[in-house]
Amino acid sequence: MTARSPLPPNRSPQHPLSARDAPSPHPTAAPTSDANPPLAALTAVVKHYGTTRVLDALTFAVYPGECVAVLGPNGAGKTTALRVLLGLSPYEAGHVTLLGHPIPADAVAARQRVGVVPQFDNLDPDFTAEENLIVFARYFGIPEATARARVPELLAFVGLAGKEAAPVATLSGGMRRRLSLARALVANPELLILDEPTTGLDPQARHLIWQRLRELRQQGVAMLLTTHYLEEAERLADRVVIVDAGRVVAEGAPHALVAAAIEPFVLEIHGDWSSVGGIDAFERRLAESLTPLAANGATAPRFERAGETLFCYTTRDPAAALALLEPHPTLTAVIRRGHLEDLFLKLTGRELRDG
Amino acid sequence: MADPTAPARFAPRRALAYWRRNALVWRKLMVPSLLGNFIDPTLYLFGLGLGLGALIAEVEGQPYLNFLAPGIIAYATMNAASFEALYSAFSRMHVQKTWEAVLTTPLTLTDVVLGELLWAATKATLAGGAVTLVAAAAGLVAFTAIPFILPVIALTGLTFAALALPMVALAKSYDFFLYYFTLFITPMSFLSGAFFPLTQLPAPLVAFAQALPLTHAVALLRPLAAGSSPAFTTLAVAVVLMGLLTVLPTRWALRRLTRRLLP
Repeated sequence: MTARSPLPPNRSPQHPLSARDAPSPHPTAAPTSDANPPLAALTAVVKHYGTTRVLDALTFAVYPGECVAVLGPNGAGKTTALRVLLGLSPYEAGHVTLLGHPIPADAVAARQRVGVVPQFDNLDPDFTAEENLIVFARYFGIPEATARARVPELLAFVGLAGKEAAPVATLSGGMRRRLSLARALVANPELLILDEPTTGLDPQARHLIWQRLRELRQQGVAMLLTTHYLEEAERLADRVVIVDAGRVVAEGAPHALVAAAIEPFVLEIHGDWSSVGGIDAFERRLAESLTPLAANGATAPRFERAGETLFCYTTRDPAAALALLEPHPTLTAVIRRGHLEDLFLKLTGRELRDG
Repeated sequence: MADPTAPARFAPRRALAYWRRNALVWRKLMVPSLLGNFIDPTLYLFGLGLGLGALIAEVEGQPYLNFLAPGIIAYATMNAASFEALYSAFSRMHVQKTWEAVLTTPLTLTDVVLGELLWAATKATLAGGAVTLVAAAAGLVAFTAIPFILPVIALTGLTFAALALPMVALAKSYDFFLYYFTLFITPMSFLSGAFFPLTQLPAPLVAFAQALPLTHAVALLRPLAAGSSPAFTTLAVAVVLMGLLTVLPTRWALRRLTRRLLP
């Protein structure tokens, strides 16, 4: 493989689904190969806020051309990891590099080649869309004329063509997020860092952002994003890194991770359990009818509960078993495929993480 | 690993990029901003100068209005620098999150803070300069003295901008700045010789006044406005004191802000 290939050959833009299903060329996070150095790498990073260990030997990397999604519950250390990577937060142990530069020693040079879309809009409210881009370009040392010439192209890319003179205050939430994306692209970054890029957006705005991020990836821009939307990670990321309590708990291509850890079928049942003799009795009956013959080589069903909702993870299609049990019409049952959210909840638990 | 709590070194090009951001906002709001910065001191100058001046024959050998003019120039400069470095900088740091956005670019916190410092000093120079022009037009300040007055105004602006930075570093909300004005700026206005001669004060207060930067700004501006030059020791003491009061608070604020914003 050539060094710094912008787009690995197994990720044909014409076949995004097959590309997503392809195994990641870098199943482990450790930067092992000198031939293809990572754009960003955290290696065994330890950091405390007071006595709280927020990063606990956190290790992951982003390689050229790929999109990595960092997932984790609130307080898992996602945003802290991004701040450490940008040289905006010190750490006590470990090693961090960004675009080949040691962090934080050489963070200024590294940030020159990185674009950041923040979690909360911090566009300049005193400026128009165009002024926001030009003023930001100055911070990267880009000449005024060069910056000005690129403004229409940048605005058009994010669907804000002709909005040069619009004051930021007149833009909707979705438009502001898109302007934040344009601002992050002002210095042609090699790596785009996005902290929850579509949080709070309506579906139309979210899909437009996703579409643009895919286009950027096809142009060879690598991406590191954090998100709460598992769907977003499944759609965009070549690789997901699931973080909990400052540690990586799972890492890999989203579909491969789900396939390895989650049963193919998920049955979700909720409603009034009294008509079937209670949730416990129903779970036992369901388990009996789903527990397969040993000859099938399949495993026993796995059950989880969230309040009055019963989740059944199974390798056998539960439709027939469910029909046999003739659940009462007061119960609602849904059969679906296992997805990333199931894996996420399996690894990080169902308890709320506030803060 | 480099000391993570040490602020980055000063990079003039990057600090200037941030300064230009503030300058562009100012240019868009130039008229109300300039009016606010010089109408208020001009009213003080003529209101007090003519009103009180009618009751006072002479102060230190000149009409009260002439005596007051350099004091008002220093006072206007101090206020403009303090307001900009307190309220406006805090707003950009805490409310608009402008600093947060800028810190993801190649600019460092040092660049941003020094950009704010230089911008507040610039705005104070514009405000003090505008009052100087009004005073000169009214015959209260020698036109030939203006090239010498402007550097004094700039140094005064820089000092008061720097003195405000630790307050920004400590502030949780705008309310905090009221303490700074009530306990520091307003008393200093009356202890600096801006409105009346220091000789009117009891001896211990006169000694205390020598530690206040506004006193030294007024001591430089008063002879300049009258068309003479300040004594060398007056100049040397003023430059050293204001220099220290610029460098030390800025350094302290930078360390404190690094801990606060880059935890």
